[in-house]
Amino acid sequence: MRRWMRVLRTPLGLAATVLTVGVLVLAVVAPMLWSDEADAVDTSNILAGPSGDHWAGTDNLGRDIFFRTLVATRLSVELALAATAIAVVAGLILGGASFLLGRRSGRIVSAGINIAVAFPGILLALFFAVIFGVGATGAVLAIGFAGAPTMGRLTQTLVASVEARDYVAAARVAGVGRVRILVRHVLPNIAEPLVVNATIGAGGALLSFAGLSFLGLGVQQPKYDWGRLLFDGVGSIYVNPAAALAPGIAVLLAGLAFNLFGESVATSLGLSSAAGVPLRADDEDEGNGSLTTEGQPATSSDDTGSDLVLDVRDLRVTFPGPSGPIRAVRGVTFSVRRGEAVGVVGESGSGKSLTALAVSQLVDDTGRVEASRLELLGTDLRTGGPKAHRHLLGTSLAMVFQDPMTSFNPTRKMGGQLAEVARHHQGMDRKQALARAVDRLRAVRIPDAEKRAKQYPHEFSGGMRQRAMIGMGVMGNPALIVADEPTTALDVTVQQQVLELLRSIREADDVALILISHDVTVVGEVCDRVLVMYAGKIVEDLPAEGLATIAKHPYTRALVAAVPDMDTDLVRPLAVVPGRPVDPSEVPPGCAFAARCPLADDHCREVEPPLATVADGSRVACWHAGEPLALDEGTGELVEAEAR
Amino acid sequence: MTLASSLAPATPRVGFTSHPWVRFGVRRLGRLLVSLWVLVTASFLMIHLIPGDPVRAALGPTAPAALVKSKRAEMGLDDPILVQYWHYFQHLFTGDLGTSLVSRLPVSDIVSQRLPATLQLALLAFLVAVAVAVPVGVLVGVLTRRGHGRRTELTFTTGSVVLGTIPDFLIGVGLVYVFGVNLQYLPVAGNETADAYILPVLSLAIGPAAIMSRIVRVEMVSVLQADFIRTARAKRLPSLNIYLGHALPNALTASLTLGGLFLSAMVAGTVLVENVFAWPGLGSAIVSSILNKDYQVVQAIVLIYGSGVLLVNTSVDVALALLDPRSTIRED
Repeated sequence: MRRWMRVLRTPLGLAATVLTVGVLVLAVVAPMLWSDEADAVDTSNILAGPSGDHWAGTDNLGRDIFFRTLVATRLSVELALAATAIAVVAGLILGGASFLLGRRSGRIVSAGINIAVAFPGILLALFFAVIFGVGATGAVLAIGFAGAPTMGRLTQTLVASVEARDYVAAARVAGVGRVRILVRHVLPNIAEPLVVNATIGAGGALLSFAGLSFLGLGVQQPKYDWGRLLFDGVGSIYVNPAAALAPGIAVLLAGLAFNLFGESVATSLGLSSAAGVPLRADDEDEGNGSLTTEGQPATSSDDTGSDLVLDVRDLRVTFPGPSGPIRAVRGVTFSVRRGEAVGVVGESGSGKSLTALAVSQLVDDTGRVEASRLELLGTDLRTGGPKAHRHLLGTSLAMVFQDPMTSFNPTRKMGGQLAEVARHHQGMDRKQALARAVDRLRAVRIPDAEKRAKQYPHEFSGGMRQRAMIGMGVMGNPALIVADEPTTALDVTVQQQVLELLRSIREADDVALILISHDVTVVGEVCDRVLVMYAGKIVEDLPAEGLATIAKHPYTRALVAAVPDMDTDLVRPLAVVPGRPVDPSEVPPGCAFAARCPLADDHCREVEPPLATVADGSRVACWHAGEPLALDEGTGELVEAEAR
Repeated sequence: MTLASSLAPATPRVGFTSHPWVRFGVRRLGRLLVSLWVLVTASFLMIHLIPGDPVRAALGPTAPAALVKSKRAEMGLDDPILVQYWHYFQHLFTGDLGTSLVSRLPVSDIVSQRLPATLQLALLAFLVAVAVAVPVGVLVGVLTRRGHGRRTELTFTTGSVVLGTIPDFLIGVGLVYVFGVNLQYLPVAGNETADAYILPVLSLAIGPAAIMSRIVRVEMVSVLQADFIRTARAKRLPSLNIYLGHALPNALTASLTLGGLFLSAMVAGTVLVENVFAWPGLGSAIVSSILNKDYQVVQAIVLIYGSGVLLVNTSVDVALALLDPRSTIRED
């Protein structure tokens, strides 16, 4: 019941609830209070416009339209509810039948439902109205039966969703009959969505009824519902428009009330209504933001050597969060030389992917990107807005994403998706661009490239798609490839092919690579240098071949220790990095890793260690860099070594 | 086909029939034919399910018994029902829809005279609805993508829900009141002049436009979060190209499925709207025929409307398959 009350929290839900209750109350009291006024004939005052005596004027017998509209509430609502009841009962029988009749006969029933559902309700209603005859009874039956297929389909879907549950299976195993299962176990569990959809259906029935009466096929004089009043009123709309407007507005309000009430209840219960149209998208992200690259203006600084492909200083990425900003990247400084392969490792949430996206100017525009320097091939990316560097980024920077299955547009042919790059950035026409695309597909070793270019992404295997993605990157002449977990979603055998391809492309053209991975082994294999990230910062920067030997940061060493190799004793537990990663919305003061670090002391928890250059050109941010650690054989955790 | 040839290895034939497009075509055609058969049967049964004698009802209680009898014989109503059923199909295939009991005119004449007006109305309304819904849906979708424009979203959603719930004939009455009675700008009846089309088309198009634009928006918002949109951004394509070239086709597939339902609903919606605007189409004909108990005409128009709906649904399925080839594959 409390869940139902949630309806009242949205303005629309509240309004719909109030209106629905109002309509129902009016349906009960109006005929008791105003029947006499509604039926009072005043021949001296025929077809009069609105006045103080008659708020909505009078009809062709001088009867008061306003009171007639109020009194008509009862009949209109009664008929709509009766029709809805018929629809629900018939729908339950239809939907239940496919459950009760078993597989084969059930399929025939559901095929029948599917055919009937294809026809619009008004058409079905007209069909049944012919059979049942013109008049209120005929119309109730017509609208009821017209609504049955939709309710039947709904029931069927709901039954099917419950049918697979354990308690139904258990009852079946226990030998309970199908009818009993349906009544005792299935129906109670689908009652809620059924009631909600019946409410929406009642709104629809009300409006359909008005439609039939408006056509003259529903309620006949001397009885009157809103549709009948509307029918009479439209006839004299030039004489007294209010005679049509009053019942029209009444129908509209009541129909909307039921309909929106049902929809709002459905939304607040988390159900989807039969209409299947969500009232709102479910993106819950709060707040707003814009892509800004603030900081000092570009300075052509002294150490911008010509072989620097990428130069990043103090890069920060912040997202607005429910409780203050989420600082996902907190000041990252690094550079990449021509032809160099730099690996970025860290747990999920360490900010490694966001660093890559920020460098490539692809951070979702709710995020805020700041840096004191962000240069690609000597061009300051912070200035000039998103359009300024499109051609540079489009041709010199290639991106390879994690999931090749979802990273291509499913509705476009592969060749065209590659060719687009050349058409937009290299000024080629369609034909040239396509030829280039085929050539590039060949370059990434896709067999039968010409035929493949005409295929859709779903016709490619995962590994082939990832190679095509790399091919897309080399449509231009990239100086830098940013690959975000390029092999994670792939088979182990295919992983090697993709890595090998990246390596050969790099060697052929002296292309730099930023390889983001959680896999220390892959990074050690492919890269020259490794950046270890933790909680949005670089904690260590060292040559890849030194990962196992000269790593000084306890986090790096824990990551390395966590990788099993051929010598790993499989009897002992595998090494782990204890504790949980830092929540980027609440980064602690001091060293972010302190809580998980065996070497941490009070100093670590208070003062954040700077990323300091150590003798051999590598950098590390740790107060206890290089202090000995030992592997706890029991837990697989690194602990402080006893001999300091 | 001889036994030998049917036993012969049939590799090329297997290859052909297992092609996804062929299987798709066969499946859809089968569904259409079954639905048409159900429709024809229902319209045939209609006249037999009416309580009492349909001929007596049409000719009125004062008609002489001999006339009723001869009419019944003429229509074959005294034959065994299966024979009648068979004749009904035969006549349908020759385009013979019978003769109106009331006006004595061939039903096919009445239908062919009135069908164009209804088709015009439905098609124009659909075009208007799509022409409004797609740009509006795309625009609002872009404005309300992930984390943007909460207020715009709420306003748009509420407005479109309300507009989409109002039945077309009530919109029609409202339009008549505003533009016909009050402002007297536009004609409110018939289809003789071009401006007479405006109000009927609008009353039919507004509701579906509201609902369709909502669907397009929801689809746009979800497609804009897809990985391949990030890929398109990584290709540094212009925003317009990303929205229209990459997002829209993917958003349209789902929109089109649901939109197709509105197209068939619009075909049926003409019944009410035609009666608001005295539009000389099938919709006003079916209502007057029901009231006059001119069942032969009703039967024919039900058949026409029904097959119109089925054809629309099938075309939507085919268009969907062409636009998104995955859907044909996936169903196998």
